[in-house]
Amino acid sequence: MSGVARRTVDVAVVGSGPSGLVAARRLAAAGADVVVLEREAAPGGVPRHSAHTGYGLRDRHRLMTGPAYAARLAEEADAAGATLRTEATVTGWAGPRALAVTSPAGLEELDAGAVVLATGARERPRPARLVAGDRPMGVVTTGLLQQLVHLHDRLSASRAVVVGAELVSWSAVLTLREAGCATVLMTSEHDVAEAPAPLRWLGPRALGVPLATRTRVARILGRGRVEGVEVVDTRSGARSQVACDLVVFTGSWRAEGELARTAGLQVDPASGAPVVDTELRTSAPGVFAAGNLVHPVDTADVAALGGAHVADAVRRWLEAPALPPRGVALAAEAPLAWVAPTVLRPGDRPPPRRRLLAWSTEARALAAVRLTQDGREIARRRLPWAVSPGRVLRLPAGLLDAVDLAGGPVRLTLD
Amino acid sequence: MAEGAAPGAATATSPAAGGVPTYDVAVVGAGVVGCAVARELAGFDLSVALLEARDDVGDVTSKANTAIWHTGFDASPGTLEARLVARGWQLLGDYAEATGIPLERTGALLVAWDDEQRDALPGLERKARENGYERCEIVDAERVYALEPALGPGARGGLVVPDEGIVCPWTTTLALALDAQARGTAVRLGHHVDGVEVGATHTRLVTSAGPVDARWVVGAAGLGADHLDRAFGHERFTVTPRRGQLLVFDKLARRLVDRVVLPVPTAKGKGVLVSPTVYGNVMVGPTAEDLADRRATGTTEEGLAGLLARSEGLVPALADEELTATYAGLRAATEHRDYVVEVDAAQRYLCLGGIRSTGLTSSMALGEHVAALLADAGVELTPRTDLPPPPAMPPIGEAQRRPYADAERIAADPDYGRVVCFCERVTRGEVRDALASPLPPSDLGGVRRRTRATMGRCQAFFCGAEVAAMLVEGARGGAR
Repeated sequence: MSGVARRTVDVAVVGSGPSGLVAARRLAAAGADVVVLEREAAPGGVPRHSAHTGYGLRDRHRLMTGPAYAARLAEEADAAGATLRTEATVTGWAGPRALAVTSPAGLEELDAGAVVLATGARERPRPARLVAGDRPMGVVTTGLLQQLVHLHDRLSASRAVVVGAELVSWSAVLTLREAGCATVLMTSEHDVAEAPAPLRWLGPRALGVPLATRTRVARILGRGRVEGVEVVDTRSGARSQVACDLVVFTGSWRAEGELARTAGLQVDPASGAPVVDTELRTSAPGVFAAGNLVHPVDTADVAALGGAHVADAVRRWLEAPALPPRGVALAAEAPLAWVAPTVLRPGDRPPPRRRLLAWSTEARALAAVRLTQDGREIARRRLPWAVSPGRVLRLPAGLLDAVDLAGGPVRLTLD
Repeated sequence: MAEGAAPGAATATSPAAGGVPTYDVAVVGAGVVGCAVARELAGFDLSVALLEARDDVGDVTSKANTAIWHTGFDASPGTLEARLVARGWQLLGDYAEATGIPLERTGALLVAWDDEQRDALPGLERKARENGYERCEIVDAERVYALEPALGPGARGGLVVPDEGIVCPWTTTLALALDAQARGTAVRLGHHVDGVEVGATHTRLVTSAGPVDARWVVGAAGLGADHLDRAFGHERFTVTPRRGQLLVFDKLARRLVDRVVLPVPTAKGKGVLVSPTVYGNVMVGPTAEDLADRRATGTTEEGLAGLLARSEGLVPALADEELTATYAGLRAATEHRDYVVEVDAAQRYLCLGGIRSTGLTSSMALGEHVAALLADAGVELTPRTDLPPPPAMPPIGEAQRRPYADAERIAADPDYGRVVCFCERVTRGEVRDALASPLPPSDLGGVRRRTRATMGRCQAFFCGAEVAAMLVEGARGGAR
């Protein structure tokens, strides 16, 4: 095709959220030629429009607001010598490690020695949740809500229903409060709200938000503009209507995995995430993935530390591009929906932060994780905390010590 | 120069300064049919007004169509519908090529899922021949799976209809409306017709935005066609809205379905089909529910759950794909099996009623038919020789070269390289163009239908705020 510029780089990082920026910084500091492709007009990813504090704890050992955190990570990547390109959308693949890019400068094929996919995650919108009714204005996700409020100062609503009671749901409540909109109801389909216990207890009291558990939003009311929602008590089947002028669908995360799919990478159907090993290699040589793309979702600092982890794996690949040894597959079984990473190979490092990340679809007050391989239990560990859906489950990687890396697939489940 | 001022177009006459303009023809309803009729009539030396109750064209039934470009192979032979769909297939196919309306000649495969359905295939093939369509071919199950490998188990055979296709209903309506407008039609949005006063030489249409006079009135009022017909004193039909709910799957599912996969039709309707869309998605639906409420465009829990189960039976791999949209549309069904197209010469009124989902395909043929009926009724139709070229529509179909992938366009205007809606790859330049067009969107829905922005799998998670801001800025710019 004519008019397409061609460039080669050592590393192309797709996405400039915390994991992409930290990976870029580390690789650039090590001397690699790194280009970060960000489709938005500014780098930083989702923290950019999450104005409350809570960022930076695990990676920077201090607390910052989302925008400050995003700005700092971008500055550091830039200072280390990475090229940050905004308004640069990767639209597909031009080769095994070559990206097709659209930007105001034109079309480009960026041929990279290694590609790091760090495209993050998004919330499942209303259609994916099969909520019936008309399609009035005033139905949003947290992502859209926070952009409307923080980037565009544009929200006209006074009564919101927040669907979901995850960590991000409370982030939505705070954003609504800041915009002068009351949260008249928060719903959770589970027996207990998904957010961590302190927030679960404090949230409703401190913020005055009524929380309805075992409650499903079945229908949106209103035609031109939202007028309310119909909710169902999932135990009794009783229905009632709640008046509101905004519905915020929160959480229920899904990997933003289009590039993983179009590259033909192995993808976990439960999360939409590309399958990775503990070095964060995907199923394609020289293509890596990090951050919430591989675990939708954990907190931003965990994503950032994944970016640091993948950088070292990328560096080794650039030094000696060799195929990794055969590994053992790790699979989640109900009530776990997914686990990441899912490939264990001899000689590889443990996963980032020495944690396996998993997602449960059920709440368990007392739970133990169990690993089986070739029909026998190889590890079992009682968890010191409760398991909740809508929240990532962090498991010590030491569980994997018992895995026979020459054996058959490993299954992970909850007891 | 919005309307009435196109060079060579006949203009409405005003009997007195400040009086009510009098048009030769007023078309009531700017759905796909009304727009096609207005465009056709504006091709003659007539002054035409197109009145629409909503704030945008194609904003009621036309926007929620199943988007099939029908050959008419399965129509009831001998009906007006059969004739006009076959003719409209040709006209729309040609018009799409001339204007850039997204249209794909995918072909269709009608699949029999049991022996009874398989035994019905020869009858369907015969019916197609009676309709003048000769290219159907009965195939065995093996061939069905060779054509559509992702279909679920149980197919017993099928009927290949190579000339069916898919088309963009939004761009079709918009192209016809823009064309009508360029030919001088006065497009009057936000004009709900509340009353009809038939006079000796012209009829006064009392609308929510003031009176409009016209010598002839053509009713293309879709769900309201019977109300308008009654206002002229007729009792010919009642519109019973038939709701069709639809599921739209993510674009990554598009590889699963190559052509329109139809069920064997039953008395209840054409049944649930699986079809690729010109935007690169896969659509499953519609349901067929007869309703009393003409505004019941909401989906239902049962409807969505039923369609989801059906999807997974028809194409099991859809179970792993995301849903990007669910919606419902109302077809303007009546108690008659055919379109109701009748002339009331005494009142200078032409009625178009019961134009169901096939109206998307037949719209331009309906335009021709209306012109012929008016000529028969004594309206003098002098073809204009100075018509503007048809509009060049934005390429929002996946089979077209989208601006984000067009190096030359981006070089000429970098805004075509600024992707604002990432899922659908819609650029700032395209949204800007839509807002600056002679028929600009009035709300986010209008932006969506013109550009696809916010229509993708994230449903505005990433881009909704940006697009909303552009809409507000665009509106402000327009007001200045």
